Amino acid sequence: MDRRKSIKALVVGTLSTGVLIEACKTDDKKQPDQAQPATADAVTRMPEEQVADKELREEKFFTSGELATITVLGDIIIPRDEVSGSASDAKVTEFIEFMANDKPEFRTPLRGGLRWLDLQCLNRYEKQFRDLDEKQQLEMVDEIAYPAKAKPEFKQGVAFFTLMRNLTMSGFYTTEMGVKDIGYLGNRPNQWNGVPEDVLKQYNVAYSEKELKECVSFDKTA
Amino acid sequence: MGDLQIKKQTKKYDAVIVGSGAGGGMAAYVLAGAGLKVCLLEAGSMFDPATNSSQLKNPWESPRRGARTKYRPFGDFDGAYHGWEIDGEPYIKAEGTKWDWFRARMVGGRTNHWGRISLRFGPKDFKRKSIDGLGDDWPIGYEDVKPYYDKIDRLIGVFGSNEGLPNDPDGIFLPPPRPRLHELFIKKAATGVGVPVIPSRLSILTKQINKDRGACFFCAQCGRSCKVYGDFSSSSVLVKPALATGNVDLITNAMAREVLTGKDGLATGVSYIDKTDLQEYQVYGKTVILAASTCETARLLLNSKSDRHPNGLANESDVVGKYLHDSTGAGMGAIIPTLFDRKRYNEDGVGGLHVYTPWWLDNKKLDFPRGYHIEYGGGMGMPMYGFNWGIEDINGKFLVHGKQKEAGGYGKSLKEDNRYFYGARIGMAGRGESVARRDNYCEIDPTTVDRYGIPVLRFHVKHSEYEFAQARHMKQTFQEIFHSMGAVVTHGNKDSAANDWGLDNPGNVIHEAGTVRMGSDPKTSALNKWNQAHDCRNLFCVDGSSFVSQADKNITWTILALSMRASEHIVEEMKKQNI
Ligand SMILES: Cc1cc2nc3c(=O)[nH]c(=O)nc-3n(C[C@H](O)[C@H](O)[C@H](O)COP(=O)(O)OP(=O)(O)OC[C@H]3O[C@@H](n4cnc5c(N)ncnc54)[C@H](O)[C@@H]3O)c2cc1C
Ligand code: SF4
Repeated sequence: MDRRKSIKALVVGTLSTGVLIEACKTDDKKQPDQAQPATADAVTRMPEEQVADKELREEKFFTSGELATITVLGDIIIPRDEVSGSASDAKVTEFIEFMANDKPEFRTPLRGGLRWLDLQCLNRYEKQFRDLDEKQQLEMVDEIAYPAKAKPEFKQGVAFFTLMRNLTMSGFYTTEMGVKDIGYLGNRPNQWNGVPEDVLKQYNVAYSEKELKECVSFDKTA
Repeated sequence: MGDLQIKKQTKKYDAVIVGSGAGGGMAAYVLAGAGLKVCLLEAGSMFDPATNSSQLKNPWESPRRGARTKYRPFGDFDGAYHGWEIDGEPYIKAEGTKWDWFRARMVGGRTNHWGRISLRFGPKDFKRKSIDGLGDDWPIGYEDVKPYYDKIDRLIGVFGSNEGLPNDPDGIFLPPPRPRLHELFIKKAATGVGVPVIPSRLSILTKQINKDRGACFFCAQCGRSCKVYGDFSSSSVLVKPALATGNVDLITNAMAREVLTGKDGLATGVSYIDKTDLQEYQVYGKTVILAASTCETARLLLNSKSDRHPNGLANESDVVGKYLHDSTGAGMGAIIPTLFDRKRYNEDGVGGLHVYTPWWLDNKKLDFPRGYHIEYGGGMGMPMYGFNWGIEDINGKFLVHGKQKEAGGYGKSLKEDNRYFYGARIGMAGRGESVARRDNYCEIDPTTVDRYGIPVLRFHVKHSEYEFAQARHMKQTFQEIFHSMGAVVTHGNKDSAANDWGLDNPGNVIHEAGTVRMGSDPKTSALNKWNQAHDCRNLFCVDGSSFVSQADKNITWTILALSMRASEHIVEEMKKQNI
């Protein structure tokens, strides 16, 4: 069923027409700027949350140099490809900056990890990580990106890179760009009619007669 | 402090209710509907899902992408204010014991974000002592509560299926949603190893039931609370219509301190702190109904000491605070290789599981006395903070598009892995009955007070061998089901005594009950079978505190049924001028 129709069908006879339509608008909304508190916060957040979030947004922990390195690493972890953009396109650096305020337990591993990395690079190439050429950067990253085969002396780097990988993924796949890339199709009013026919066939499963009889179903042509 | 004084309300109510969650919301609804004048005290702030819910927000609308905070322990969009920690309101754990205490402070209490799993207790659940000799029987049986389960099924709405099971009673059900793909897999695998799987029973409107509430539109976000009231929250389904009668004065940010009593020992009202002006208030009523949640209600009673009630109110038996017990909980996660690289479609469904497993075995043949049910999770959910976290533990273990990769990695290859593994994880959680014991209890800590000067609780709770044995059985069952569906376990299968056999801390499952239990004998119970205090006839407790035992069911449907039953009794007794 097309989405417009389904919303119309849903709205008929419910009290909250306005709410639903408002609600549907939000998923067409532009991604709000990270630095700006979303206006809707006023009704969905407790006053103490709003105060705390404002402070977290304003606090600057990382130096501009550290942020620059985080951005380089982010784009190595999530580069642009034929499906979607890169970590920096999705403003992942800003996200990581916020998270280091929100979860201070990330601060030392990130700051210390960045320093560890720069020191390795200075010893090897006489330059800090972000000033290396691309080939050198990847050489270095290859030492710490594969936990199972990394040399023992790089284990601290592995721990740091693993954290960076995980944070970067969290930051990327939770943006409009990342959600599209992963193909999540929900978060909108619809009518659940069960697993699509072709998927049932693909996995060789079927609804039982009991299920078909007792479960709610919606006329797809309505 | 020179200007601190106690402000006394002149209006005398028929009833003062403390707490607006499941128990208190229902009491307000029934009493106000019968024309009684009610004062509803709520420690938290106003909350109406229609305006205050974060439903349909996208992950990027949270700066932390939905990660949890101390204000929102279940995530940034969740419909609960506060939870495990509240600034200035500590609680104490006795040395060597564990207790997690979840306190949502808002109109509707924890029912704004609860899981909506709405299970009736069965006939055996009221009579466990007669079956296994442990704990106590309830003073009532299934037949006493059935009419109220029927009424709340109709009033609130719940989907499910009538299966004719002996201890998981049929109800008046709306049609359940069809199972999701992983749920079909689970059903096939579990049934194959002798574990039944049936439609879940959730208080979500798969069909519209009245003009005040919309039907569910399948966004999977009940935890945020529903703007069209498509699921049950006390705020939207009980408190709102109660207020509409004009018979209820709702006072928010009103933190009850104690129950006031007169010379005759009867309750006269409640004293509270207004959290906005920090002044002390007293409000009076012909009856006082406590529903501040299981432990908070016990705290109020224990803090309500007087010459007539030196051991705290309703506590001549000395059972208040005792027999505290929570559902047991243990979980396991896995990944299903056949679901790798799956086709995308909107799989949200309702905000919870579409199928579950009710307890299916006979404890007489097992080494633990009480059962558990199994809850299932999985599917193509909304990416949130923590998305595919730990992918380095997965992507070296399975071929990706036929290729063996090195664990970890980065770049385009990592993006490919994220797409490939999306929607292939599943989880199982056992929720079991623990045995209520006198030596698991909370009491008033002798030295600590909260920011309002109210003495706080100290907990003494431990799991016993019964719970450990049950957890071991849960884990074996999970592994068996995962194995038979070809899923690969990713976590929750390395348990030992060191981690309590994988059991969650007591309290962590948030089904706490039993602190003001009912019974026929005033020497061993605090309340009679009408949730009425044995030693104070105009005092009632209508939350989980009145429970004698838990059952292997989540408790809220029974809180609602018992609160409705007690409230109708109060209306009758008031008509007869017995209270
Ligand atoms: C994440 C989660 C999932 C859950 N899922 C399920 C489920 O699927 N099925 C199920 O059956 N149960 C579930 N539960 C449990 C369910 O939420 C509770 O059983 C139910 O809400 C208990 O109702 P209550 O009225 O006793 O307490 P609450 O709902 O907690 O309400 C108590 C109210 O009293 C107020 N209060 C507390 N102290 C004071 C005071 N001193 N003065 C004034 N007011 C006070 C509180 O602010 C609160 O509003 C879940 C809980 C959580 C947290
Ligand atoms: S799943 Fe249905 S009932 Fe739950 S919040 Fe979404 S629309 Fe409301």
